[in-house]
Amino acid sequence: MKNDDIRASLLKRSRAAKNERFGKILTGLCILIIITVVVAIFYFVASKGLATFFTDKVNLWKFLTGTIWNPGTTDAQGNPQVGALPMIVGSFGVTFLAAIVATPFAIGAAVFMTEISPKVGRKVLQPVIELLVGIPSVVYGFIGLSVVVPFVRRTFGGSGFGILSGTFVLFVMILPTVTSMTIDALNSVPRNYREASLALGATRWQTIYKVVLRASTSGIITAVVFGMSRAFGEALAVQMVIGNAMLLPSNLISPASTLTSVLTMGMGNSVMGSLSNNALWSLALLLLIMPLIFNIIIRKIAKKGAMR
Amino acid sequence: MNPRKWDKVATTVLYMISVFIIAVLAFLLLYILISGLPHVTWHFITGRSSSFAAGGGIGIQLFNSLYLLILSMLISIPLSLGAGIYLSEYAPKNWLTDLIRNMIEILSSLPSVVVGLFGFLVFSINMKLGFSILSGALALTVFNLPLLTRKVEDSLQSVHYTQREAGYALGLSRWETVIHVVVPSALPGILTGMILGAGRVFGEAAALIYTAGQSSPPLDFTNWNPTYIASPLNPLRSAETLAVHIWKINSEGIIPDASAVSAGASAILILFVLLFNFAARYFGNKLYRHLTGARERG
Repeated sequence: MKNDDIRASLLKRSRAAKNERFGKILTGLCILIIITVVVAIFYFVASKGLATFFTDKVNLWKFLTGTIWNPGTTDAQGNPQVGALPMIVGSFGVTFLAAIVATPFAIGAAVFMTEISPKVGRKVLQPVIELLVGIPSVVYGFIGLSVVVPFVRRTFGGSGFGILSGTFVLFVMILPTVTSMTIDALNSVPRNYREASLALGATRWQTIYKVVLRASTSGIITAVVFGMSRAFGEALAVQMVIGNAMLLPSNLISPASTLTSVLTMGMGNSVMGSLSNNALWSLALLLLIMPLIFNIIIRKIAKKGAMR
Repeated sequence: MNPRKWDKVATTVLYMISVFIIAVLAFLLLYILISGLPHVTWHFITGRSSSFAAGGGIGIQLFNSLYLLILSMLISIPLSLGAGIYLSEYAPKNWLTDLIRNMIEILSSLPSVVVGLFGFLVFSINMKLGFSILSGALALTVFNLPLLTRKVEDSLQSVHYTQREAGYALGLSRWETVIHVVVPSALPGILTGMILGAGRVFGEAAALIYTAGQSSPPLDFTNWNPTYIASPLNPLRSAETLAVHIWKINSEGIIPDASAVSAGASAILILFVLLFNFAARYFGNKLYRHLTGARERG
């Protein structure tokens, strides 16, 4: 009889074990919700975005290379005019230009903060960079509209709206991200590399240029690609300064548009399920796929850096 | 030129770049505050916005922003805590966990406008929530979850493993160790991350244009019953936030004083962001001191 009691109490789950199970299930559920959301995003956007090609029978190649975006009308052969090239060129244009302008500044600031004056860097530049990250994108857009656009208009002519203004705005927006990731990359260079170089009689700049930057190249490239991924997806700030003309941009100061700007402007003005709506979802699908590609690039670079 | 001179030149250039970045921030802040603060009056902060005439306020938008922020943080804080605890404490080291981490990373790299469109499709249309505070809060949750989860996981990971072993040695289960030992000592980091996340949510607009909507119907601030149609607390009414308002009046609006209103609204937005930033730093440090007795955060 007594043995049975002991046996029962040993075979029963203890309070702690029940607790443990409860915790594991609870936290696992949270993860499950996040996973569901990610899968749902891909499922819904893909199902809408692919409808253009499967339901409305638009040729994928024509979609990517066509230069006229006017989903309501058809061309001479009766195909709908959904050419996304102007937006694709606009998006990549502002992204690459912003990255090209931002990279030297980001590397310079990061080198300053890690190699030249870590104390001033931590006390002054670090908070500055954190604040720059925190400024909302609409505020960047508003400043772009009231400062950058008139500046570009006065200096380069034209209306002021266009890829150049978008580049300036995005440059400031991705600068803090690229800088702080570059700092991490520079900090991961072992201290003895620097000491070895200095011991050989190299100046500080020679050490930075020939040793530190070389050793952290893959990390810096990762930072730049990450910044580009940010710039590519930025919507409102760019939309406010780029001019929103769905034409293939002929120069840097003519009004253009990006994938994100067309989406923010157009989604409210089209009927669900219509071709013009589906075409917009195809643009959203492009926006969904691009971060994946940037992600894969970052991973490849990181792997290459890790092997050395 | 000899290497020594090059060293001087390069150092000067690096100093100039740093000064330039500081100047950019100073210019941004001063521009916003100088052009915006003169418009900020009590009437502006509490007044109703107008669609055509000059002299509109941002009262409802400000309220909407705060309400949306609270609602979305109410959903995302417990979720991200749970997910972060799972990843840091329970997840086995295998391909599935790697896949989950990758998915969260991908979610955090998605453009916010895509998150907004997803919210529009799923919450507003499929779940029939329409343009409402609720669908806006859900979209913001999707937008904020990956970063919060990451922050929670990092904070938990930075707790030394001896703390956990001490918990096990006292006979606590893993869950009890997490709740009573690990989470409390990771709290400063978690709190900082949450407040910074709140700041991000407060300024977000792209995810809200098609979920919380771009209009602000008049509100009856005397009736706080959430089921009443014009009640400020009604989660199913459409709600234009401060950030969306700035975008809207600049890109589609026709009010004559758009730049004045957006300057004032931007100033308010920036003040809130600064507030969140300093609050994160202050409370994080204070909590850390309270928990450890150390003076400076290591």
